[in-house]
Formats: sequence, structure tokens, C-alpha cells
Amino acid sequence: MIQRDARQFIPNSEQALQDTTLQTALARAKSGFLGKRRKAIALVDDFEFLKQQAQAAKQRALDNIPALLDQFEHNLNAAGGQLHRAATPDDLNRIVLDICQRRQAKIITKGKSMVSEETHLNTALEQAGLDVVETDLGEYIIQLAKEPPSHIIAPAVHKTRQAVAELFRHHHALGERDLNEISNLVEEARQMLRQRFLAADVGITGANLLVASTGSIAIVTNEGNGDLTATLPPVHIVTASLEKLVENLEDAGAILEVLGRSATGQAMSAYTTFFTGPKRPSELDGPEEMHVIVLDNGRSDILQSEFAAMLRCIRCGACLNHCPVYSNVGGHAYGSVYPGPMGSVLTPLLEGLNQGHVLPNASTFCGRCAEVCPMGIPLPDLLRKLREQEHRQQLDSTGWRMVLRFYSWLATRPRWFHLAMRAITFTQRLLRDASGTRLRVPFSNGWNRQRELPAAPDATPFLQQWQKQQERKP
Amino acid sequence: MTTEPAQPPLVALFVTCLVNSQRPAVGFATVKLLEQAGFRVEVPPDQTCCGQPPYNNGLTDEARRIAKLQIQVLEPYDWIVVPSGSCAGMISVHYPHLFENDAHWQERARRVASKTRELAAFLAQQGVRFAPGPDTPTATAHHTSCSCRRETRSHTQADGLLQDCLQDQLKPFAEPEVCCGFGGTFSAKFDALSARMGSQKLDSIEAAGARTVVSADLGCLLHLQGLALRQQRDLQFRHLAEVLADAEPQRENKRP
Repeated sequence: MIQRDARQFIPNSEQALQDTTLQTALARAKSGFLGKRRKAIALVDDFEFLKQQAQAAKQRALDNIPALLDQFEHNLNAAGGQLHRAATPDDLNRIVLDICQRRQAKIITKGKSMVSEETHLNTALEQAGLDVVETDLGEYIIQLAKEPPSHIIAPAVHKTRQAVAELFRHHHALGERDLNEISNLVEEARQMLRQRFLAADVGITGANLLVASTGSIAIVTNEGNGDLTATLPPVHIVTASLEKLVENLEDAGAILEVLGRSATGQAMSAYTTFFTGPKRPSELDGPEEMHVIVLDNGRSDILQSEFAAMLRCIRCGACLNHCPVYSNVGGHAYGSVYPGPMGSVLTPLLEGLNQGHVLPNASTFCGRCAEVCPMGIPLPDLLRKLREQEHRQQLDSTGWRMVLRFYSWLATRPRWFHLAMRAITFTQRLLRDASGTRLRVPFSNGWNRQRELPAAPDATPFLQQWQKQQERKP
Repeated sequence: MTTEPAQPPLVALFVTCLVNSQRPAVGFATVKLLEQAGFRVEVPPDQTCCGQPPYNNGLTDEARRIAKLQIQVLEPYDWIVVPSGSCAGMISVHYPHLFENDAHWQERARRVASKTRELAAFLAQQGVRFAPGPDTPTATAHHTSCSCRRETRSHTQADGLLQDCLQDQLKPFAEPEVCCGFGGTFSAKFDALSARMGSQKLDSIEAAGARTVVSADLGCLLHLQGLALRQQRDLQFRHLAEVLADAEPQRENKRP
């Protein structure tokens, strides 16, 4: 069983590698995401330019967060909405619960929101006796399966079609029917969800953008479920985090230009909706109340730290899709809300190094995440800085720490270093097997559990051989 | 150190700890290539390691101390050539970052960085070209390390050199841009994952019909070779320097 604990990444990942169903689902998802993104980017003249525009827009906002939040609040109020500032996940959950209880709500529909995953909002609402229904198809599937999302934009990407069909048969009392086609699965989910949309007392959505100059929130979806969640119930609650702020609609546009292309390979998602306040007195439809809850959860501190660049993240998921680690183990192995490279940076920052310190190590520093990140976040550099903190706080393994300290001691003393190199090549000669290609060693560790140790062909290191050769020269 | 005007430029070979201890032949092949290209080559005896093992594991102070030693050892030379993308990247990309709070050492790091080249990048920069030689391998896949692709950015130069010398025996394979799973200490700390990534790389290489794997980075090669030995795959592993040293230089590239 994969554990929901970021410290268990290694056993989790080993288990994930053995899960053939998961491997099938991951392989399929990866090729889809990569190909679509590549095509979408090839269609624009200058994606680099779009990236720069988006990065500049986000940076302008991050440089001015407190003022922008005030401006956002002012304009949201003017449109009839209300802003709530949540310092912690518990604050956010309590604010949502207060609103639900005041409205005597029973049924809550939810659009996709990673912030609500971060605060474990569903658990809080369910504990208070509320009936919460996820309306994003992927989120709905994993809610039935009682699993956390495994991808920030495709939460059920780890599930195969067959697994979903089985889940629906188990949870929906609809008798015998054909669930072999994806379209049938979608139709069934639509039937189930439609009743909930109409019955809901409160709708909760996330937000991709908070526009300060207008007080609008924007959501980007492909299923339209976000719009139904936001507009049908009498109350719309938005759960968002601080870094979703942008100055104005132009900057919002700059970010949308890169978001869809990086995420799903779409120039624009099927639905991009801006909501500005609840229903006006002259309007017939829409919610009576609109609440926007902005979660900090340490982000103000991150903004002042060497990890500030991480707040440029727009949650497109490109770094997950292109990560050789993520694409082999999937999101659950990370045991954290946010998986993949962005998650390996965010988790230690949000949940503490004690909880998250293994994740920054789960990278070969191949650099592909930084290459595809539309926001120019130097993910490998941030991962390295976290490893530095891990070492400073002595959270790294004692064995590795000792070995690396000793190695570093040697590497600053050429005589000793080269003596050690000679000892290594000499020992290897003693350990070579009959074929001379591999070493026979009396221990098993990370180097040789799954691979042989190739033997060095020479008994002395290059430097000694070279020096001898130079001495022989006239 | 000053070079007399008549003398060809002096290159320091930074041999790397893996080549030094595991494949000395790669060091000699590199010297041969540099001399063929018309350079004088020295191997500074006090060089040790570029410092990646501590640097990538968060031991930044240790990495800084190691870097200072290499900078002192390497700064007298006209060029520093490294038969490894990851060690060349460490010196040319990461050394200056290591000294962000130390202007004096940062300047020295920058100077060394600006003179440091991954082997293929250096050879290509000198206009060296190759034709197949008698020992040039057939059916060969070129595995580009992530550091060659994304740090030294010398993968296209290596591709060009190998294209000349292997011609139709250079076999393109699927997803060359994906990491092979070595990653230094990653390969031991996350060995199951590392082995899976490496096996996938070997699968695509074999599917392309290649029987020899060539790479500019010995770390990737040893990792892949170790997997191939365990999995009894019939594959040979050679360093870029060895393959190029066995090729025919198209002209004696004597410097003017």
C-alpha cells in the first residue's frame, strides 16, 4: 500500500515501479501530454516571447502582493463579493465551514482546486456532516476511490479506463450497462453529477487567476463543471492562494497564453471564465453570495526567501509530465499534495523540511523540468538549495554525510586523493571476476543491487600512468 | 604561466575522477585528440574532483573548498578540456554560482569557467573533423548526457563529430532527450528508479538496432554498462573520446 507520507518516497516508488496497471496508465498519459504540448508550441511563432511576457506579468504581481491583494479586495467588494484572508489551512477550512453552516448547506459541489487539497477541505467538510461532491471527472473518480489526486491537472491519470468502469459499477446503483467506451463512462458521470449540480447549496471552485484591477477570478477548465459549480448554487466560494494574483486583465492574458499550451497542449482550454462578484440585482441567474478565500500558508515567507521563484508556478503540470522520475512512479509515490518537480520544491516549503526532505533528492538534476517550465522556475537549483538545507539541519543520512565529508576531505588534499584513487584501482584488481569485466563484491547496496559493478581495466589510475609516461620521455 | 608566441596554446586536461580511476584509456584518447588538433597538453597533477558529489548532496561548503583547489590548479592554462559534460558543466556553469558572496573568488571562477570546454565542444570549436577508422564501431547509439544537453549544450557538436565518423552506423533512437537515470549519487540512493530509467534507455537503444553505446559522460556509461551486464544485454560501451581517437582525423589540424 502506497503511504501518504513524503518521507516514504523510496518504498513508495519501488512499489509503484512494480504496479503494472499504474505503469500502463502512466505510459499512456505521458505520451499524450508530451505530444500535445509539443504540437501546441510548434504552432506559435515565438513561444519564448510568450513565456517572457507571462513571467514578467507574474513577477510584477509577486513584487507587489500586499497592495494587489488590497486592490483585489476593494474591487471584489465593489462587485458585491467578499474577501477572506486565510493564514493557515485550518483558517481556510473554518471560513468555508462557517459560510456553509450559516447558509444551512447540506450539499456542496466542488470544482477542481489544489488549494483545497492542500488544506484537506473535503475531510473537514465531511467531518462536519456535509455532503461534498467533486464535479471534475478526474476528481469525481478519485473521490469515489477515496484517493488523493496523482497529478495537479489530471487527478485520476493513474487510473485505467477499466478501473474507472469497475469503480462506477460499484458506486452507482444503475444495474447492468455497457461501460466499455470512455464516452459511456463520461455519460454516466454526467448523469450522476447533474442531479448534484441542481441540488447543491454551495459551490466551491479554485481559481487560476485573481485579477486585482477588476476583482475578478478566472478558472480554466475543459469540462465546464467549474462554471456549473460557480453559477448554479446560491453561494460560490473560491479557494485560491496568494500567488494567483495578477495586476490586470492583460497580465492575466499573458499567463493564459502559456498555461493551456504547457498543460494540455491547448491554445486555450474549452472554458476560460472570469467571475466578477455574485448575481447583480438586475440579473436572473448566478449565486447570491461570492466569497474568495486567499490562502497564505507560508507563502508570504517563501516570497521573502531564496525560494521566491517557486511562487511563479501556475500549476500547468509540464514539469510533472516531462520528469523521468514522476513519469515512472506517478504522483502518489510522493506522498504529498503536490507531486513531481514542483511538488518536490513546494512540499518541504509548505509542510516543513522534516516532512519533505527526501523529495528534493528524488531528481537526477536532468534539468528537463526547468527546460519546459513556462514560468522559468529554476527547479533543479531550488531542489539543490533544499538539499543544502537538509544537510545543514542534519536530516540527510549519517552514512552518506560521513562518506561525502570524507570524500571532500580527500578532494582538497591531492596527495591523499590520488593515494585513495590508487587504492581503489588496486582493490578493483583483486575483486575482478574471471571475465575481468565486473567486480565480485561481498556486499549488496544501492550501486549493485540492480546492476553489476563494471571493473576498471587498469591497475593504476590515469594520472600515475601519465606521470610515468612523461618521466620516460627524453 | 606565459606562452611564447611561437608555441601552440597549452591545454589542461581535467581528467575527472571517474576517467582517472575507472577508464584511464579515455584520458589517453583525449590527450591524443588534443595533440592531433595541434595543442600542447598538460595534466595538472594536483587536480582532484570537480566537487559534484558534495555539491549535489547539499554539502556546499565542501564543494566550495574543492572548487577553490581546482580553480588554483587550472587557472594558469589557456584552455581546460574535460572529457565529461557533467564535470565541465560543474566548472563552467556552477563554479561562478558557488562564489556569489565572494567577488574575488567569483572572478577567478568566472575566468576558469570561460576557458573550460567539454571535449566535443572544444574539438568542434577547433574545426576538427573525422572520418571512419579501422576500429570505428558499427551500429552505434549516441547517448547524450543531460549535462551535455542542458548545461554545456554541446550535444549537437558531439552529434556532428560522431555523424562524420560513424556515418550511417550512427543509429537514432527514441526519446534521446530523456535522462538515463544515472544522476551521480541518485543511482545509489534511488537505485530501483535509476535502474528502471536506465533499462528504458537500453530498451530504446536496442530497439534502434544499436550494439555499441557511445557517450561523452563516463558516469552514464558505467551505470548503463552495469545494467547491461546484469541483464545480459549484448552491448558495448565506449566513451566519445575513445571512438573519436580511433577515427581518422580528416586533416592534420595543425594550428597556424
